Amino acid sequence: MTDLAAPRGSQSTPRTRRTRLSEFALETLIRVLGFSTIGFVVLIFLFLLREGLPVFFEVPPGSLFGAHWYPTFGIFGTLPLILGSILVTIISIAIALPLGVATAVFVREVAPRWAREILKPIIEVLAGIPSVVLGFFGMTFVAPLVREVLGAPTGLTAFSGAFILAYMALPTIISVAEDALDSVPKGYRDAGLAMGATKWQTIWRVVVPAARSGILTAVMLGMGRAIGETMAVMMVTGNAAVLPTSLASILQPVRTMTATIAAEMGEVARGSTHYHALFGIGIILFVLTFLINLAAASAIFQKRRKGGLR
Amino acid sequence: MIPRTTIRLAAAAFLAAVLATGCTGHSPGGAAPAAATGAAVSIQDTGSDTLLNLALAWAERYMTENPQVRISVTGGGSGTGIASLINGTIQIANASREMSAEEIAEAKKNNVTPVKFTVALDGIAVVANPGNPVQGLTLQQLSDLYTGNITRWESVGGRSRPVVLLSRESNSGTYVYFLEQVIRLGDSKSKSLFSPRTLLMPSSQGISAEVEQNPNAIGYDGLGYVTPAQKMIAVARTAAGPYVLPSVRTVLDRTYPVSRPLFMYTAGQPTGAVKEYLDWVMGDGQKLVRDVGFVPLPGSGG
Repeated sequence: MTDLAAPRGSQSTPRTRRTRLSEFALETLIRVLGFSTIGFVVLIFLFLLREGLPVFFEVPPGSLFGAHWYPTFGIFGTLPLILGSILVTIISIAIALPLGVATAVFVREVAPRWAREILKPIIEVLAGIPSVVLGFFGMTFVAPLVREVLGAPTGLTAFSGAFILAYMALPTIISVAEDALDSVPKGYRDAGLAMGATKWQTIWRVVVPAARSGILTAVMLGMGRAIGETMAVMMVTGNAAVLPTSLASILQPVRTMTATIAAEMGEVARGSTHYHALFGIGIILFVLTFLINLAAASAIFQKRRKGGLR
Repeated sequence: MIPRTTIRLAAAAFLAAVLATGCTGHSPGGAAPAAATGAAVSIQDTGSDTLLNLALAWAERYMTENPQVRISVTGGGSGTGIASLINGTIQIANASREMSAEEIAEAKKNNVTPVKFTVALDGIAVVANPGNPVQGLTLQQLSDLYTGNITRWESVGGRSRPVVLLSRESNSGTYVYFLEQVIRLGDSKSKSLFSPRTLLMPSSQGISAEVEQNPNAIGYDGLGYVTPAQKMIAVARTAAGPYVLPSVRTVLDRTYPVSRPLFMYTAGQPTGAVKEYLDWVMGDGQKLVRDVGFVPLPGSGG
């Protein structure tokens, strides 16, 4: 690094030439690495398309989005799987959003300093729990509880799955929402208090609304986490490919797209319709995740344009 | 400036989506082809989860007796094992069902001639929660339960409760066998299917956990996987009986109606270490079968 301080004017000393050469090499290396990441992502996407697109020609669209999924018998109706994933994701966000935002507000605005320093690492540890462990916890603890308390025939339901997913999305939502609250300028709080608002009124009417686009991003990222989760969901939701039609479906088993891919990919013969159908589900999942991420990204973009409030 | 930022954001979202999707799919599992390291011989044995415990017991015993042979055993389902055999990544595929015509055709396309060995017998136990008063069911009743024609336990002599159907995933050989022999009652022209309400559990462990704690549940699994906290249901061919509980004896004398052979498949006639291993499995290895909860081949003295 001291080489950089070499005087600019003296060009062709061997020393500066070497510096320039090594700098060029480093820059090229970093550039190649950076672009290769993008290249890999594009390749993954192309692979997904190559393996998945044939199903849209092999199976007529009417039956591809039909209500029954019996892949072993050539019936590939993906509708129950798509709706299953969406149902589980929506319930999990409905649970995680109030909990996550409330926790973030508590950690950032209410908790005394010492409590904050204990809480933040604990929340980060929460993010590191493997999903299999949470799935096992859900299977042996949450599922019986759901059956006994809510009176469902079985505890392996969309609700149990959503409960576990909410738990998994919480760390993401809390830390992103907390960052958003953190970047609300102190002047906003001072102004609120100076206007005679109580602490609670300042938090609820001034600080949280000022951070709303950051909180929205937090929710989107949490959703992305929830819709792509596989293992815990497979262990807890019962995996019955029933079309969720009414509100009562919350307490019935569902089968998600991710669980279907994970459970069935191991058995399929390469190149069969079933194989293409699983990759087709991957494409559908990809499109959904893409839309969610795009929504999150545009929320960030909008708030940047509005003047940098996070 | 604005459109450019939008494009960048869209690209970022796109990348994130690809990564998120990419992480959820898992590639078809397959072991690396056996590589002979020094004098040691390595055999890859993959497939049926039903056979997994037995295959592990065999491999462990055989490796202590023949330290020069390394056998790695993994599960994943009969379909997984057969697919790996066809792809040429393993030497032995464990299967709890026979290969389908499509699979054999697929193998032929890859220049693989699968050879079948019957290595043990298995009774498929129908299990329920110990609190369930139902003692026996006929095959017809089981079929009606699993196709969704009967949805309440009181219709088959139980308490007034809904029935929760449990099954293994569709890549399980047990799933295919149960469908053909119980739900379709062995009728190859039948088009009956599992009720869509059937809960497909990814593992035997999933079935036992749910049966042990849920009084509404009914499930099925290999005899070797029934834990003491589950109650076995006696099965009868007709309503007149006899209602028979699965055991080594009732499977061997064929009085228990839901039993099947278990197989190991090789790619072509086995030679060398694989042949020696399979000969041992069907000979001395049979002595281990009963300990793991399966039924030894008739006349093997196991």
